[in-house]
Amino acid sequence: MITQSTGQIDATTAAVSIRGVVKAFGTGDARTVALKGTDFTAAQGELHLVVGPSGCGKTTLLSVAAGTLDWDEGEVSVFGTVLNNMPRSRVTAFRRQHVGFIFQQFNLISTLDLVENVSVPLLLNGVRRGEAEQRAAELLQRLGLAGKERKRPTQLSGGQQQRVAIARALVHSPRLLIADEPTSALDRETGHQIMDILSGAARTPGRSVIIVTHDPRTYSYADRLTEMEDGRVAGVYQGPTLRDFISNHH
Amino acid sequence: MFHLALRMLLGDRAKYIMLVGGLTFSSLLMTQQNGVFQGLLSWTTSHMRNMRASIWVVDSRVEQVNETKALRDTDVSRVRSVDGVDFAMPLFQGVLKARAADGSEKLIQMIGIHSGTLFGRPAKVIEGEIEQLRIANTVVIDELAAERLGKARDGTGVPRPLRVGDTFEINDREARVVAICRTERHFFGYPYVFSSYDQALQFAPRQRKMLSMILAEPKPGLTAAEVARAIHAETGLAAYTVPEFERSTIAWVWRNTGIPASFMTTIILGFIVGVAIAGQTFYSFVLENLRNLGALKAMGASNGLLSAMLLFQALTVGLIGYGMGLGLTAAFGFAVADNGQPPFLLQPVAILRTGVAILIISSLAALLGIRKVARLEPAIVFRG
Repeated sequence: MITQSTGQIDATTAAVSIRGVVKAFGTGDARTVALKGTDFTAAQGELHLVVGPSGCGKTTLLSVAAGTLDWDEGEVSVFGTVLNNMPRSRVTAFRRQHVGFIFQQFNLISTLDLVENVSVPLLLNGVRRGEAEQRAAELLQRLGLAGKERKRPTQLSGGQQQRVAIARALVHSPRLLIADEPTSALDRETGHQIMDILSGAARTPGRSVIIVTHDPRTYSYADRLTEMEDGRVAGVYQGPTLRDFISNHH
Repeated sequence: MFHLALRMLLGDRAKYIMLVGGLTFSSLLMTQQNGVFQGLLSWTTSHMRNMRASIWVVDSRVEQVNETKALRDTDVSRVRSVDGVDFAMPLFQGVLKARAADGSEKLIQMIGIHSGTLFGRPAKVIEGEIEQLRIANTVVIDELAAERLGKARDGTGVPRPLRVGDTFEINDREARVVAICRTERHFFGYPYVFSSYDQALQFAPRQRKMLSMILAEPKPGLTAAEVARAIHAETGLAAYTVPEFERSTIAWVWRNTGIPASFMTTIILGFIVGVAIAGQTFYSFVLENLRNLGALKAMGASNGLLSAMLLFQALTVGLIGYGMGLGLTAAFGFAVADNGQPPFLLQPVAILRTGVAILIISSLAALLGIRKVARLEPAIVFRG
C-alpha cells in the first residue's frame, strides 16, 4: 500500500504553485474538463515528475504551469509571479526569460543546423547572433555533441536530437524547465543518459525541472512525484513514499 | 531571428522554388504584357513623333491622329492668319497602294509635306538627301518600306531592300527614292512614304478635298496650348498640342478598341496567378512549419515577431520573383528591340506598378500565414 505524503512545500521555495485550476476544452456536448480544480506545487532545486494514465490532464497541467495555455478558474504563480490576469504579451515575455521547453517530438527546426536551433532562445532574449551562436556551440560541446554543431537535426540519432533539445531549453539559463515525455522516443540507455542530464540541470540552485512522463524507468530520478487521475492530483510522493511508489510500479 | 526565417525558407527548396517561380511568372506576365500594351499605344501616336509639329489642326470631328477628315485648302490661310501662329503648313496623309518589286501590292502610309519648308519631315535620314523631295516624282521611304517594297536582285532573284535611286510604283505612278529615313512604327503597321504635298496629291486618288491636317508652330514667347486655343476660337477647327492629341488618341483607343481590355485581362490574370500560387504555396509552407512556429511561440516568440518573420519570408521571395520577372521582361525587350515586333515600351511607372502588385501578392500570401499563427496556441507543441 502506498502512503501519500502531504507534499507541503514552503511558499518561499515554491517554483510553481497551482491552486484550484479548472480547464475545459470544447463547448456543449463536446465539453471536456481536463483539470478539475487541480492543486499542484513544484519546489526549486527539485526534479518533479508528473505521471498518470493518458487523458488524466498531465499535459494540460504542464501547459498551464508553463503559461502556454489559458485556464478557466484558479490561480497560477511561477517563482512568485502570479500569472492570473497578466497580459498575454507579459506572459510571453515571462516564458521567454524564465522557462525552457523540451518536447516529446523534439521540435527542432529541420532546416536549421544545431547551433542555430540552440541559439533561438538567446536570440529571442535579444542576445546578438555571434554571442548566441558561441554560447550555443559551447553548450552543445558540453552535452557531448562536439563536432556536430553544423549538422542538421535529421542527421542525428533520436538521443542526440533530444540532447540538442535539452541544450536549447537550457541555453538561456531558465529557472523553470518543462519537459514533455522526454524519454518516450528513446531506448533504455539513451533514456537514462537524458534523465542524468535533466537531473543534473535540476540541481542548479533556484531551478525547478518538471517532467511529464509515462516511462517508469524515469521514476527513480524524481525528487518528488505527482500522480494524476481524471483531472485531479491523486497523490504526491517523496522520500519513503516515493520509494514505495517506485517499487510498486516496477 | 530574421536570418533564421530566411534559412527556414531556403531550407524548404521545393516550396522556395515554387514561390519564386510563381512570382517570377506573375511579374513577367504583368510587366511584359504592360510593355507590349504601352508599345502598341505608342504606335498610335507615332505620327506626332515622326512629323514633330507643336500644333496639329484637324477637322473638329477628328478625335485621334490616325483619323482623317479632309479640310478645305483655304483653312491653311485661316490658320496662318490667327494671332500667335508663327507658320502653318498643309499635310496630306493617306493609305495608298504601292507595287512591290515582286509585283504584289502593299499598303503604304503616304505623308505629303510642304515642299518649301519640308516641315513635318522625318527626324532621321539615314541615306540620301531629303531636300531632293522638291524634284518631281520623288519620295523618301522608311526602312520598313525599303524592306517591304524590296527589289529583286539582278541575276540571283534574291530580294534586297530598296536603295536610293531605285524606283517603284504608287497608284501606277513611278516614284524614285531619294532618301531613306528611320521612323517609329505606325499603329496599323504601314510603312511610311514621304513626298512633297503637291506630289502626294498626284499619287493619291483625286478627291474634292485633299488637305488632311495643318501643322503649325507658335510664335516665340507663346505656348503651343495658348495658340491652339486661339486657332480653335477663330477658325472652329480642332487644334491640339502634342500632349493633348496623344491623350485624345489614346483615349480613343481605350473607348473604341478591345485592345486595352485584352491586355488588362492578361495583366489581371498575371496578378491572380501570382496570388493563387504564392498564397497557396506559402500557406502550405506555414502549415508544414506550424509545430516549429508553435515551438517558437512557446519559447517566447511574440505574435508580432512571428508575423514579421513570415512577412520577411514572403517579401524576400516576392523581391526575388519580381527581380527575375523584370530581368526576363528586359531580355524580351532586348530580343524584340531590333525587329520592333511586337511593340515594346517598358516605362518606369509600369515597373513600379508591377512592384506594388508583387508587394500586394506577397503581403496577401503572408497574411494567410499570419492569421494562422496568430490563432495558434503555443500549447499545440505538447500535443502528440
